[in-house]
Amino acid sequence: MSTDGRRVLPGFRPAISLTVGYVSLLILIPLAGLVLKSASLGPAQFWAAVSSPRAVAAYRLSILTAAAGATINAVFGVLVAWVLVRYRFPGRRLVDALVDLPFALPTAVAGIALTSLYAENGWIGQFLARVGIKVAYTPLGIVVALTFIGLPFVVRTVQPVLEDLSPEIEDAAAVLGAGRFAIVTRVILPVIVPALATGFALAFARGLGEYGSVVFIAGNMPMVSEITPLLIMIKLEQYDYAGATAIALVFLMASFTMLLTINALTRRATARLRAR
Amino acid sequence: MPVPDAPRPAHRDERRVTRLVLIGTALAFLVLFLLLPLVAVFVKAFEKGASAYAAALTDPVAMEAIKLTLLVAAIVVPINVVFGVAAAWAIAKFEFPGRQMLVTLIDAPFAVSPVVSGMVFVLLFGAHGVIGPWLIAHDVKIIFAFPGIVLATLFVTSPFVARELLPLMESQGNDEEEAALTLGASGWRMFLHVSLPKIRWGLLFGVVLCNARAMGEFGAVSVVSGHIQGLTNTVPLHVEILYNDYQFSAAFAVASLLSIVALLTLAIKALVERRVRSGGGW
Repeated sequence: MSTDGRRVLPGFRPAISLTVGYVSLLILIPLAGLVLKSASLGPAQFWAAVSSPRAVAAYRLSILTAAAGATINAVFGVLVAWVLVRYRFPGRRLVDALVDLPFALPTAVAGIALTSLYAENGWIGQFLARVGIKVAYTPLGIVVALTFIGLPFVVRTVQPVLEDLSPEIEDAAAVLGAGRFAIVTRVILPVIVPALATGFALAFARGLGEYGSVVFIAGNMPMVSEITPLLIMIKLEQYDYAGATAIALVFLMASFTMLLTINALTRRATARLRAR
Repeated sequence: MPVPDAPRPAHRDERRVTRLVLIGTALAFLVLFLLLPLVAVFVKAFEKGASAYAAALTDPVAMEAIKLTLLVAAIVVPINVVFGVAAAWAIAKFEFPGRQMLVTLIDAPFAVSPVVSGMVFVLLFGAHGVIGPWLIAHDVKIIFAFPGIVLATLFVTSPFVARELLPLMESQGNDEEEAALTLGASGWRMFLHVSLPKIRWGLLFGVVLCNARAMGEFGAVSVVSGHIQGLTNTVPLHVEILYNDYQFSAAFAVASLLSIVALLTLAIKALVERRVRSGGGW
């Protein structure tokens, strides 16, 4: 056994063998299979599949709706985190627990519940219908579903940063003559920006790939309200494996870019916090 | 950090009016986006009365779906607990080349769309997949069958326990473990009596999250299941079938079961957090 201080503990060999074996079999080989399969397509076939107008419309819709959902969550997520950390009001603990609901509720359940709320005769949809806004079965419905799905990501990344913020900073700013508005916008906001960026990226990445909550509320019209994961699903059901694989690969690469970005953002945010 | 209830200096707080507006806006947003959907599930579930609710749940096809979902969770959760503990142990307690890459790979299922998660197994084991023809020749069914559902669920839920334990183990240090070893405990004894108790609350939470996702996974399972009623139909898929069949109150009745699982998950999380915060430690 090595004399390295961290190697004193037993169990490295069995733990790492099990981990690497499991990750290889369950995650690495299946993902590599996808890459290999699309490599066998040939560039012309690959390009035709990923650049068809229907696919491009689906990417566009997925990116726009995920960005819209993540933006709504960035605003309201910070607000919710702020209210939960800074203020005391009856039911605060309950509200705090409820924030994780989208993590725990199956996406299909969220999908049918939101659809029934926002349909034209639904609890919320009937009021919106009166002012001429249609949510269910339009891209707006997708944004609603992705807002639901993404909310905890922003709240849960911003909340700990707000909790750790030491009041002395605000005191110092006040002593130096800053008003409350200046303290919030010029002292507190800059501190939470890295966490907010991570939360936004997490919500955005989750929104890009989301399927269950969206398919019920989206209407699923090709070129209009058909998200990329649904297009992949449709191609699979038509046994168009080549087309499905090509689009999935483009999507997978986008997901991994997001994952690496998020990891880099998180590392930077942690490094900053430690540096303070 | 607990905020004292005593009035704070003015510069550290908003005016009362601002505060109320902020709380009100946040609560209105949460009611609209989180509470109403949850309430809607239960209201719609009981729309046609308690007997219709009971009938929807005791319907033989629903019972088969519930059995299948429980079975899948009973297989998937223990496997991913063993994996999660082993992965967190290896990564948190030891330095080795490729450590960061391993963490990224473990996280990968979180970043992959559920549809793609299911699809990779279709590409491997499906009729036109890499080893599909071999499987057909040997009469082994994975896709559109039970093993495919288990594989897709394993894939999707694999990061939960590892992700929950990793930061916890990293932050805890090894003093107690080293003391146990010095006192002559074997590796296993040390792990069972020292390391495991140290992570028990984090582990519980990881298990609960993993279980909620295993029971509720929709997209990945939808790709590999083939929707065969009574055979490969999980509870979320059954909800979809009922809903698309315009049997709305039955769909919401079955969905209410999954919502109860979700609420229990949140309750356990809140309890664990309260315990940890009140000084019980992990």
